[in-house]
Amino acid sequence: MSDTAIRNQASRRERFSAWANKNRKWVLAGPSMIFVALLLTVPLGWTLFLSFTDARRSVRRPFDLNGIDNYVSILTDTARFWPAVGRTFAFTGGALFFQLVLGMMVALLLWKPFRGQGVVRTIVLLPLVATPVAVGMMWRLLFEPNIGFVNEFIGWFGIPPQPWLADPNTSLATLTFVDVWQWTPMVALILLAGLTSLPEEPLEAARVDGASSWQRFWLIIVPLMWPVIAVAILLRGIDALKTFDLLYATKGKGGGAFNDVETLNVYAYGLSFDYNEYGVASAVLIFFFLMILGVIWILRMLSKVK
Amino acid sequence: MKLSSLASRPIAAAAAAVFVGTLVACAPTPDPVAVVDDKVDLTGQTIRVTLANHVWTESIKPLIPQFEAETGAKVEITQLAEDQLSDQYNVKLNAGTDEIDVMMYRPLQENKLFASNGYLYDITAIASADAEWDWADFQPGPAALTSYEGAVVGVPIITERTTLYYRKDLLEAAGVAVPTTLDELYAAAAAVHAANPDVAGYIGRTGKSAAVTQFSAFLHSFGGTWINADGTSAIGSAQARAAYEYYGKLIRDHTNATINPEMSWPEAVAVFQQGQAAFIADADSLYKNFTDPEKSTVSDKIGFAPFPAGPAGSKPYNVAAWALGINDASANKAAAWEFVKWATSKAITIETAKLGVMGARTSVWANAAATAEYPAELIEAIQINGANGVGLDRPLVISVARARELVGEPIVTAIAGGNLASSIDKATADFDAFLLDDK
Repeated sequence: MSDTAIRNQASRRERFSAWANKNRKWVLAGPSMIFVALLLTVPLGWTLFLSFTDARRSVRRPFDLNGIDNYVSILTDTARFWPAVGRTFAFTGGALFFQLVLGMMVALLLWKPFRGQGVVRTIVLLPLVATPVAVGMMWRLLFEPNIGFVNEFIGWFGIPPQPWLADPNTSLATLTFVDVWQWTPMVALILLAGLTSLPEEPLEAARVDGASSWQRFWLIIVPLMWPVIAVAILLRGIDALKTFDLLYATKGKGGGAFNDVETLNVYAYGLSFDYNEYGVASAVLIFFFLMILGVIWILRMLSKVK
Repeated sequence: MKLSSLASRPIAAAAAAVFVGTLVACAPTPDPVAVVDDKVDLTGQTIRVTLANHVWTESIKPLIPQFEAETGAKVEITQLAEDQLSDQYNVKLNAGTDEIDVMMYRPLQENKLFASNGYLYDITAIASADAEWDWADFQPGPAALTSYEGAVVGVPIITERTTLYYRKDLLEAAGVAVPTTLDELYAAAAAVHAANPDVAGYIGRTGKSAAVTQFSAFLHSFGGTWINADGTSAIGSAQARAAYEYYGKLIRDHTNATINPEMSWPEAVAVFQQGQAAFIADADSLYKNFTDPEKSTVSDKIGFAPFPAGPAGSKPYNVAAWALGINDASANKAAAWEFVKWATSKAITIETAKLGVMGARTSVWANAAATAEYPAELIEAIQINGANGVGLDRPLVISVARARELVGEPIVTAIAGGNLASSIDKATADFDAFLLDDK
């Protein structure tokens, strides 16, 4: 290799090195950003495309574009789709409400230091580390109407046995309870983090001015905590909206015999895996996706309200 | 908090949910397979076999090292529960995977769907070319279920019939004879329940979809069927209505327990295993679940009887429950066929029959050594049920899963004691609409 060639190569390397140094945030983060972007956009784009087709049975079979037929068919479906939307919101709303109320109570209890605080915190957090499928199986056994412990337990107090998960009127409420049991600790944890970072002064000033405990809580703690509460609502709300494992593990395909716990996620799964209706399933998933984005937008607006 | 940082989590979550339903890839071009000769050497080849949790799987697994030693091939097994197996096939075969060579599938549920999707390799030529392996030895009913438009696309491995299991001790204590008609079954269930209030007279599958196959024996014995000859729904006929009502009453009338409306066979059989039911009609291929002392607390008190006769006689189903097929996208079809041929050979079918698997080969049923371990009463029930049997237990359509839910709806209503007439009317209309679309 001639001297000129070596010099050229060296200068090219230097130029690249200078360019890479200047743009190092892009060079280092670029590959993973492209990877994540592809991982999000390719499936999403494919699903969006499928939602405008009549793909069914197998996507390797020929299929045609059918415009908005799938969307029309789901939006006019009052037998499975709209009840599933209703259940999705009922489950999420119910779970979120109780998780916030109970989570706040637990956080307030754990706020001030006391003896054995570490042990109590660990115990409170235990449901959080369990796998939802295992939790589902466990509660399914506990709620078994004939031999389950729950009916045995309420029998000690003279309460007659209840059907729990076996009755379409009580199954969704029962599963909401299980969700509350599992996820209240997470809400408590977030709220506790918010409580510990609260400034002492406003609370002290309120105490000096003679504000009651309830007034201090409602008029000072809650407004100061609002951004943290909003985060808890957002994270937990989205998680609850897309719950699948617990519902499937306890009630199986189609959300039970009467579709009694069939939420949008369970419905889309059934359309895709049981009925092989890929076009319609994709339309449901796109609707679900837009719904989640809508909920995020509303919650974001709410989190700005002080 | 910024929208962008918050939004990334739900977008990822929603995208992941979306991703599950849409796993696809380009299908590799299938390569042609030659008719393989008997002494083919498969050294260094790996055959990927996907199997269901089943007695057959447990029986064949210890024999596989023999196959590996004889051929030099390595067999990799993936074993899954029924629902997970279906999901796997949906995702992987849809994506044109070549990661599955041999697959265990349910002919009644999936043969039409898989074959029409082009998932199953056409083995007509290689199956009929091998005289020693002998395709003609397979019973015609099961063999028809693994064919599609004249082509052989699978080999049946397990057959089953509805058999009536009963508790000998309870019947004896209540002074009741083994029922031979459905009327007698109802009366016997009532008598045993009256004598033992904690025991259900009859337990059966209750799940909307799961119950369909066992209910078919009642439907056919009442003279009903799923689909009329003209392709319309037959579940609104007087016979079908009577069958739905009977099945609902049989389960509902003779128990003090709260009935779980989502029982498939594992749940229903568990109730029987715990000694809490006197009768159950389910697949005879499950008999080890009743007679195995490790699984059943009443293993020594089990009786077997042919399915009782209804107004149209005794009409249990007699079908191929499982079959082996070769993935059309497999790059390893020659080796895959070698495995299928070995696993369904006469010698192996006799070995698995000894372990309790009811195969589909005519010659094996004629072999006394193969069935020596079976309870004599069960053999008799199998033979009578086999002679009376109907070749289907569910509507034979392409989208079987959806059809089962539609025709199963009135079963759930009947068991719950709801308005059966309107439930059947609605199911008939829905099923008719479905049948028009299922082309």
